[in-house]
Amino acid sequence: MTASIDVSIERIFEVLMNVKDPEIDSVSIIDLGMVGEVLIEGNKVKITLLPTFLGCPALEFIKTNTVNAVKKLPEVGSVEVEFVFHPPWTSDRITEQGHVNLKKFGIAPPPRYFKEDGSWHVDCAYCGSSYVSMENIFGPTACRSIFYCKSCKNVFEAMKPVSTLM
Amino acid sequence: MSMTENSMSAEYKEAITSLLFQLADDDFLYAFRGSEWLGLAPHIEEDVASSSISQDSMGHAAMFYQLLEDLGAGKADDLAHLRSAQDRSNSILIERVNGEGYYMETPNYDWAYQVVRSYFYTQAKRVKMDSLCESSYRPIAEVAIKVKMELYYHKLHWETWFKQLMSSTDVAKKKMNDAITLVMNDFGDVFSFGNLKQKIESNNLLDSEEEMKKRWLASIGPVFDALQMEVPAIPNHPVMNGRNGEHTKDLDEALLTLSEVYKLDPVAVW
Repeated sequence: MTASIDVSIERIFEVLMNVKDPEIDSVSIIDLGMVGEVLIEGNKVKITLLPTFLGCPALEFIKTNTVNAVKKLPEVGSVEVEFVFHPPWTSDRITEQGHVNLKKFGIAPPPRYFKEDGSWHVDCAYCGSSYVSMENIFGPTACRSIFYCKSCKNVFEAMKPVSTLM
Repeated sequence: MSMTENSMSAEYKEAITSLLFQLADDDFLYAFRGSEWLGLAPHIEEDVASSSISQDSMGHAAMFYQLLEDLGAGKADDLAHLRSAQDRSNSILIERVNGEGYYMETPNYDWAYQVVRSYFYTQAKRVKMDSLCESSYRPIAEVAIKVKMELYYHKLHWETWFKQLMSSTDVAKKKMNDAITLVMNDFGDVFSFGNLKQKIESNNLLDSEEEMKKRWLASIGPVFDALQMEVPAIPNHPVMNGRNGEHTKDLDEALLTLSEVYKLDPVAVW
């Protein structure tokens, strides 16, 4: 038997960087701002995750993938992953890297702010043009909307902005 | 934490349990009725939107059933699928069929009814969630904050349909007005807490029935003003009160359909 190594928080975060959204494999749960707290006690790890949309069927997959990824670290004894609602997940939790990685997948990152009338604008995820129209505020998954770019003539998706101010 | 399970009085637990069943059953049936529109909505984009709203709403129901499970009321999936109609506390409004015919045969569903029911229900849900954000029961307040963010988009959607159809052709207006009458006939139990009214209100779980009715009327007021219409009145005494387990045969039929697969093998892992 080897002597036990302390579990380091850096190692856990490295692993979590590789837990991807099951439907958007360019973004991690860190990118999405879904990781709440990481608590380490001896070789026990407890992670809280913040659900994006409550009816999202990917949540259970993300939970399982998180447990399995952290378990792979030899120094980790047990892993507990739990969804919590506080603080609430909001779209401004998506990191700068998350914005970059979403675009790689053809999804426009959520806008940082709403206009005064409550509407919002994104640029084309492919060509960056502002000349876009919203086709459907609802999209193929709970967190996305569908847009059309009049410049490059592509349909693209955008992450919906959500905020506690809504 | 203002209240944990251990420090909870029996009365408090009874009140929060009853309220959670009302919220969970409402959203569960609302999501089911919404999903019956799949493939039947007026156009393809509406199919996408309606499915998304139903999925969100089913997620909300799942959260409320989970809070019940946390309180020891039983397994969330069982609570959703295995309870009989008389044990359900959803509003009568939410259990009503979408119109004539069956999904698997010749559904002649009424889109005007879907728009009016969804718009009025969504506004009522917003009023409740707003109030629940300040609830004495912390777990429900945290869920309410999440639900509210998603409801923003539901409200925007149904309000757009409502305004557009009410400003459309005479046929559309007639259908919409007929739907308003039908929906309001069933609106009497939407803001009712049923027999546990006093316990729910006195434990500061959320605002009183009367206060929420006022806020609902205020929430739709500007839209009705713009359309030069009178805000409809909420019936004072519901003919049937779903909060007390009084239901129509529509609910029995819905439960048979929606629990069919679950009952085939209740221990299956999905």
